Amino acid sequence: MRPFIFERATSPESAIAAFHADRATSFLAGGTTLLDLMKLDVVRPERVIDINALGANEIEISEDRLRLGASVRMADAEAQEELRRRVPMLTQSLALAASTQLRHMATLAGNVLQRTRCPYFRDVSWSACNKRLPGSGCAAMAGFNRQHAVLGASDACIATYPSDFAQALIALDATVDVVGRRGRRQLPFAKLHVPPGRTPEVETTLAPDELILGFEMPIEPWMSRSLYLKIRDRDSYEFALASAAVALEVDGGAVRQARIALGGVAAVPWRAREAEQALIGRVLDEASCQLAADIAFAKAQPREHNAYKPLLGRQTVARALLQAAAMEA
Amino acid sequence: MAIIGPVQQKNMGPPHSRIDGRAKVTGAAPYASDFAVGRPAYAYFVTSSIARGRITGFDMAAAGQVPGLLDILTYETMRGAVKKPTFFAGGGYAGTTIRPLDGPEIFHDGQIVAVVLADSYESAREAAYKVKVTCQAEQPAATFGSAGATTEDAADAKGHEDPAVGDIAAGLAAASATVDADYATPTQHHNPIELFTTTCAWTGDKLTVYEPSQIVHGLKHGVAEQLGIPPDHVRIVSPFVGGAFGSKASVTPRTALAAIAARCLGRPVKLVLTREQGFSVATYRAETRHHLRLGADADGKFTALSHEAWEVTSRPDSYLVAGTDTTARLYACPNVFTKVHLVHVDRNTPGFMRSPPEVPYLFPLECAIDEVAEKLGLDPIELRRRNDTMKEPIGGLPYTSRSLMECFDQAAESFGWARRSAAPASMRDGDWLIGWGCASTCYPTALAPATARVILWKDGRVKVETAAHDLGTGAYTALAQVAAERLGVPVGQVTIALGDSDLPPSPVAGGSITTASVSSVIAKACDAIRAKLGVNDSALIDPGIRVAGFERLGVALVQEYAEFAPHGAKPEGIDKLYAGLSTLKGGAMLEDRIQYAFGAEFVEVRIHARTREIRVPRVHGAFAAGRIVNPKTAHSQLMGGLIWGVSSALHEATEMDLGTARYINDNFADYLVPVNADIEDVSVILVPERDTQVNPLGIKGLGELGNVGTNAAVANAVYHATGRRIRELPIRLEKLLA
Repeated sequence: MRPFIFERATSPESAIAAFHADRATSFLAGGTTLLDLMKLDVVRPERVIDINALGANEIEISEDRLRLGASVRMADAEAQEELRRRVPMLTQSLALAASTQLRHMATLAGNVLQRTRCPYFRDVSWSACNKRLPGSGCAAMAGFNRQHAVLGASDACIATYPSDFAQALIALDATVDVVGRRGRRQLPFAKLHVPPGRTPEVETTLAPDELILGFEMPIEPWMSRSLYLKIRDRDSYEFALASAAVALEVDGGAVRQARIALGGVAAVPWRAREAEQALIGRVLDEASCQLAADIAFAKAQPREHNAYKPLLGRQTVARALLQAAAMEA
Repeated sequence: MAIIGPVQQKNMGPPHSRIDGRAKVTGAAPYASDFAVGRPAYAYFVTSSIARGRITGFDMAAAGQVPGLLDILTYETMRGAVKKPTFFAGGGYAGTTIRPLDGPEIFHDGQIVAVVLADSYESAREAAYKVKVTCQAEQPAATFGSAGATTEDAADAKGHEDPAVGDIAAGLAAASATVDADYATPTQHHNPIELFTTTCAWTGDKLTVYEPSQIVHGLKHGVAEQLGIPPDHVRIVSPFVGGAFGSKASVTPRTALAAIAARCLGRPVKLVLTREQGFSVATYRAETRHHLRLGADADGKFTALSHEAWEVTSRPDSYLVAGTDTTARLYACPNVFTKVHLVHVDRNTPGFMRSPPEVPYLFPLECAIDEVAEKLGLDPIELRRRNDTMKEPIGGLPYTSRSLMECFDQAAESFGWARRSAAPASMRDGDWLIGWGCASTCYPTALAPATARVILWKDGRVKVETAAHDLGTGAYTALAQVAAERLGVPVGQVTIALGDSDLPPSPVAGGSITTASVSSVIAKACDAIRAKLGVNDSALIDPGIRVAGFERLGVALVQEYAEFAPHGAKPEGIDKLYAGLSTLKGGAMLEDRIQYAFGAEFVEVRIHARTREIRVPRVHGAFAAGRIVNPKTAHSQLMGGLIWGVSSALHEATEMDLGTARYINDNFADYLVPVNADIEDVSVILVPERDTQVNPLGIKGLGELGNVGTNAAVANAVYHATGRRIRELPIRLEKLLA
């Protein structure tokens, strides 16, 4: 690890004030991504600002809204009984992530900002990684890309976006509260991340000095019919090969609205809106679920080792929809 | 997890808890890197990021600015410093003959190219990150079929003899059912929890090395060889080892580098390899390919077995496991053909990994048996029963004991095999396809010469001294039990010293030989003590008789040193042992008999009908291994083996970037092993067995017996669940989709 200056912020304002654009600066929350990447020499901040003491750890649940502070630990959000009941997708996406120990440390904002698990990104001995070294190429393209993205990737980067929780946020139309030098702003969670395109080093629309303060989303009664299905190589402590966050509003047997978000298969948090649309007015059965699944992966671009992902993804979506359909609303 | 607790049955000792258990869980047990040495410097390796080519230059400017930096060693200053080692698998010490820092040539990914020395670990690591190495890369060969890979006949390369008998073509022609298929097993790494660490401290011209080792006398001589100093000047201290599985049996290049660094700096040097570096500085299980043909007549009698295999190795070293020595002899079969090839590529040298030959080689055979059974409409257990034999088919040698079918019967009963519906894809629980599969497991019973010193005091205290090793296996406990039983004292009165090259030498803790070999020599020393005291076997249990014996001799303690050489051992075995070399005898390598331990493994898999993820709710295994010294530690060994077997079948593979011949998942996040959630019911049944020939105590090793059959049992269960034969490990969900 390289030496760095360590500072502690006690408020959002002091955190932002401590930020200096002339020095590579990282905010430190749970540290479960940052410390790893610093030890691996992948990120080399000269200044680290500890934001664990700045607050933003409230959980507010009302009749129709939910607000989650940015610094809430994954384990604390996951443990909310009311949330488990009212929006199971959300707590499941947390409970199925990482390990208990990591979830006790990792924060919600840190979770959605975690970096890709692409092995060519996480190991600096690989010289070609456009995300780490812009313009250097992408070793994963012709390399071992079993875990890589088939949706939303580009010719410059096929790294998979790793978070589970983000899929629940994008499915639930969450918004993100942000604060920075230029003040506060709110943006849709769907606008937080940007696809790699030709600049995979740019992962979000946050300015370098901006901090996430929290997430807010509407809660509606039908969201109790929701779930997060995660398919992975082992039963715990592993990233998704494919996952689906689904929520269904069903009226008289027909779908009134559907939410489908996909993890493990895309370069950014991924909402399958066309697949959702295709379900509206339909009865949920094998055929309609399979149709939605097919639409969700219609534009998939597999590579050598992830050629299985479109099929696995479709099966995951279909299974999640059928399981949600069978839930007690 | 439902565990059937170990109980003492016929020909078993008591299920004693680990005598070192408390020290381990409280942190009191010192592992190699725990030893405090005065004012150490820290070493950190810079490793190659190409697999083939030459170093063209170093840029140390940035590294040189790091506060606390002491020195950076490269081939430019170190050429010739490390002497040419002898190859472990060729009867020497080293896991690779590639000499570290000996020149600009790069032989594999992750090769050590510089040693950074600093006052702290952090400084050493920071400076290592700032060392810039420029290389001229050449196109490497990564694996089978890669351009530039060279294949040679193992018979030419290693003088390996391919076991064969009869006429394979005639045997296949006579078969009613045949299987002719190709199989593949992946690269795997041992990944013991304890990393590869070395601490070196010089006192004058004497070197003490603290390093986890499976063979301290071998490491002593190997390090002396690499440094060009007398072996007497080297002491290895390794009382506790946090897992090894073969990876700590051969000398790695790191030890000599740490020793030289310590000598250069005039102060001790500590080195802890990262998890990633362990993948290329130590050894691994070689990737293999197999072409297997198996034929049986209408009665299910095997008529032909042809097993041809290819194993990956490095450019300079011909590491070979050749498990055909076992597969050719496992069942009765009049016509057997085998052939093994070595494929040299630009990789680090592979080495022994838990059940080195048996794991990759039994996989194809035990899968093919399942397939032949189905073709004949026979239960796979019944097919094995019809080919069970007390005589191996190659030389007609008798098995000393063989309880294979007893193991099948007991495991089948425990598992509920009779309730299995034979047709593939015929058992289901909602959306989950259920499959039940089984396979044989076996492991050669080998022993090696061993020495030990035992001291009995008048008050009944006992001390056992031998440079054997406890890798987490329970050796401390089992060996203490042997001494306690032999001298008629409680286990609590026995102290036992292992893992130090100043102690009388014991053989490598590999090949599952420790309990049998070292128990034998301890028993011999104990018998000599009893003879001195003039008392028979059971009499020592009475303290009065013991005390009377001591008073008759007029001494306070009796000390006996003993040497043991197993059946078939050559006279020079003990001398070789003192030179750090273990001469294993047994298995299929004896002239007059064959000796193996056997078992049967049963697996239930559940596979989701849509998404095809594979889960293993049940594994039952029954094992017979002669006298069981400690059913509790034996149970743990076998349970660990079964879990490892599941891991091997479903998870473990070191992935490569084929274009660059580099490892991809060289860390614990990406090299998958099961977590608790993946392992549910693991049932271990110890089947009583008496073998009066293998050694005087009748002990067969079992440390490597558990994980041999599991790959095939899982694959056979996957077939039963889905109707799909997966012949390439590991079995991941994409192989079952579409």
